Amino acid sequence: MIKAALTAQRLVAVFVLGLVLVNYPILSAFDVPAAYFGIPVVYLYVFGVWAAVIALMAWIIER
Amino acid sequence: MTGASIVAVSFLYLLLLFAVAYFGDKRADAGRSIIANPTIYALSLAVYCTTWTYYGSVGRAASSGLGFVPIFLGPTLVVALWWFVMLKMLRIGKANRITSIADFIASRYGKSHLLGGLVTVIAVLGVIPYIALQLKAVSNSFTILASYPAVVMPAKAGNAPWLADTTLYIALIMAAFTILFGTRHLDATERHEGLVAAVAFESLVKLVIFLAVGAYVTFGIFDGFGDIFTRAAAQPELRALMTMGAGGNSHGSWFALTLLSMLAVMMLPRQFQVAVVENVNEMHLRRAIWLFPLYLLLINIFVLPIALGGLMRFSGQGVDADTFVLTLPMAYGHAWLALLVFIGGLSAATGMVIVETIALSTMVCNDLVMPLLLRWGGRVLHGREDLSGLLLGIRRGAIIVILLLGYLYFRLAGEAHALVSIGLISFAAVAQFAPALLGGMYWRGGTRPGALAGLCGGFAVWVYTLLLPSFAKSGWMPADFLQSGLFGLALLRPQELFGVAGLDPIAHSLFWSLLVNIGAYVCVSLQRRPNAVEAQQANLFVDVFKQGRQPGVLWRGSARVGDLLRLTGRFIGRERARRAFAEYARQQGVASVEALPADAGLVLFVETTLAGAIGSASARAMVASVVEEEPLGLDEVLNILDEASQVRAYSRRLEQKSRELEAASRELRDANERLKELDRLKDDFMSSVTHELRTPLTSIRAFSEMLLDDPKTDLEDRKRFLGIIVSETERLTRLVNQVLDMAKIESGHAEWHSDEVSLAEVVEQAAASTSQLFKDKGVALELRLPGSIPVLLADRDRLMQVMLNLLSNAVKFVAPGDGRVSVSLVAAPDGLRVDVCDNGPGLTPEEQGIVFEKFRQGGNTMTDKPQGTGLGLPISRQIIEHYGGRLWVDSAAGAGATFSFLLPYGNSAEGAGLAG
Repeated sequence: MIKAALTAQRLVAVFVLGLVLVNYPILSAFDVPAAYFGIPVVYLYVFGVWAAVIALMAWIIER
Repeated sequence: MTGASIVAVSFLYLLLLFAVAYFGDKRADAGRSIIANPTIYALSLAVYCTTWTYYGSVGRAASSGLGFVPIFLGPTLVVALWWFVMLKMLRIGKANRITSIADFIASRYGKSHLLGGLVTVIAVLGVIPYIALQLKAVSNSFTILASYPAVVMPAKAGNAPWLADTTLYIALIMAAFTILFGTRHLDATERHEGLVAAVAFESLVKLVIFLAVGAYVTFGIFDGFGDIFTRAAAQPELRALMTMGAGGNSHGSWFALTLLSMLAVMMLPRQFQVAVVENVNEMHLRRAIWLFPLYLLLINIFVLPIALGGLMRFSGQGVDADTFVLTLPMAYGHAWLALLVFIGGLSAATGMVIVETIALSTMVCNDLVMPLLLRWGGRVLHGREDLSGLLLGIRRGAIIVILLLGYLYFRLAGEAHALVSIGLISFAAVAQFAPALLGGMYWRGGTRPGALAGLCGGFAVWVYTLLLPSFAKSGWMPADFLQSGLFGLALLRPQELFGVAGLDPIAHSLFWSLLVNIGAYVCVSLQRRPNAVEAQQANLFVDVFKQGRQPGVLWRGSARVGDLLRLTGRFIGRERARRAFAEYARQQGVASVEALPADAGLVLFVETTLAGAIGSASARAMVASVVEEEPLGLDEVLNILDEASQVRAYSRRLEQKSRELEAASRELRDANERLKELDRLKDDFMSSVTHELRTPLTSIRAFSEMLLDDPKTDLEDRKRFLGIIVSETERLTRLVNQVLDMAKIESGHAEWHSDEVSLAEVVEQAAASTSQLFKDKGVALELRLPGSIPVLLADRDRLMQVMLNLLSNAVKFVAPGDGRVSVSLVAAPDGLRVDVCDNGPGLTPEEQGIVFEKFRQGGNTMTDKPQGTGLGLPISRQIIEHYGGRLWVDSAAGAGATFSFLLPYGNSAEGAGLAG
């Protein structure tokens, strides 16, 4: 039960982290006209955070 | 490609879907559910991705770059909270047999018909544009594909005569299909295993096909992601899509869309249906929390490449970006891929339409039509004994009506908007449920009038700021309504209400509608205390995790078992009702149905059973019609709840006290055990000491008496006897010294001098002191000392005592003549280690355990004369342990023994140099 409560709190932390990372103002810091491997930075950033949030949730739940 | 062949393939696909559903139902009947696994649950949640995602995301990306992302980021983030929120919804849903979101809200606020009806109306009106979107997407993709190989945009739908419009037939086919799927029989639990299996299958189909198209566009037409983006960046108008500001994206609307999709993914009737009502096991939520977002990520990876690829390929040709997924394979001559894309789109559309209309039809039947029939339709209900057929009829009718309404919206307003804009209108409508639903789960103070006011207010604002403008834009209402506002008042402009400008229409509407909704919900709720039934339901919802299985206390009245059984039979069929009652009787430990007491528990059982079929509000009304209920006053309810919570608090405190007591008594028991053990040890010690003292004393006394009694003993014998007496006295002295020593060390009163000691020197000195012993017995002693070792801060004499003891022990047990003893000193990583190794008889494992106990000696003490005091090793161990080290023995019987000790560096003098 204690472990479940801890998992829930970690997930809430992930929620807050994700919300902050993909919104103004942090998002605007990556809104620059540059590209890595031809892919615009802002695309890489948004999809990267997206994938990282999922990986984090999977890690928290399945470990 | 002809229309007929597309239709044939579509029907083949629908048949396959039906086979999956049939298989799922069969397996469920056989008790081996195929949907009882978290992956299927997560896939069924992906019914969130409709043709909006499938075709519309590309369209939105083509006009606003990343603008499609918040719709999927919101759900990705909010599922992290599902561990709290969705788990509670699931638990409440199961405990109260909730069948739909309307049922949930109505049930929370006192099983109110009015509230259930209102939620149903909002859900139906709000979701109709969404259904229209699916029809539009399927009909457009069909028309476009039928004109292959030419890429031609379909003509305006409004121009075709009604009966010649393919969209109408698509709507009717979908209605027929949904009826076949969802309303074949009436289930008391309102769950559809086959349907869920089919939906999960469809989710898989649309994902795989979309990924296939994306991979084709990205790697087949272009040369990977980098290639597409680099080429697009070369065109100035496409480069604009690679920034956040593209297509009117602002940070405000980005956040608004994220919030909106967070709410929608929980409040959409179809999401509630698959997530809560169809859930088999709440543990499935665990994996779904990361699998569902992963699905969303995967289905969106290729959206931007397809959008940019389409924009480059069809630049200036007037091809609608919403169709790029289909038209790109067509333009490159891949008829089969295009057909697959059409099937994927059909899959996305049918999945959504089926689940959505089933959820809506359940709501319409349970929360709208049944309450009306109960109130005014006495004639319809009166003559019939079995009403389950009527219920099914109502649901089927509702499905057809809902799809036709969707078609109507498509004809009237659908053409003026892109797919995504239509969908967002629906999202904003269902977001109105959030305050009443989430508030009701966590706040006891919410009341029925509060929820009604909030929903009405929010819904009215939604109609005014989103629905009417969507009509106005399509020319169905006067367009100057948008510009000049209602009654020509600029303050009432629907998309700039009270002068709030600068927000896009969705964010604007979301802000005002949620503000009004939450404000009204809270303010009206605070007008009065919750009444009896509201307080009772609030308790059931808010405290769902704290409840035992005793919710039936809040009822008082009288009923007859026969009446209740007949009533249940009318709605779920007589045979099923009988079985359900028999099962209930068995659980209660009652022999037969007739013997059941008609108490609060049974009434509650009937009510929840009926709630599964006709919704909680209607169920309550039906039960009330056959039982004589004495209404409980608010004070009584509050008293009962108060008592219950007081009892809970008391029992919690009692539990805690008893736990503390248990812990204390356990400690006492342990302490007692320790005391007893010490007492036993002390007794052992005393008897050992007396025994050890008596042995030398006996021999001293015997020889003294001999000398005393016989003065004529000759000199030789006299000398011998006196020698024995002297050596026994020495032994006695040694023994007494060691006992005192032991006692001092154990009690902590021993004196410890602290000097810098070189262990090598100690070993050498000890060897020198015992060299005579070794020589006498003819035993070889070998020292292996390293050149330089760190000095230790310790008591030199004590260490010497240990060394002497180990050496004298070793020499004692080896055979005279060929015995060998070696001493080695090494600087191990964690301390200095000394090994004293002999080739004596060795120790058995049992002996190894006891040699460190007091007065236990190596060798057989019963037959051999004891050779030591039996205190040497225990004292040595005490000394080594005093310095934080260890003393132990490694040995095997017959193969010698190695006594070793390790002294940690912790005691070495700081900064002391090496000595050697």
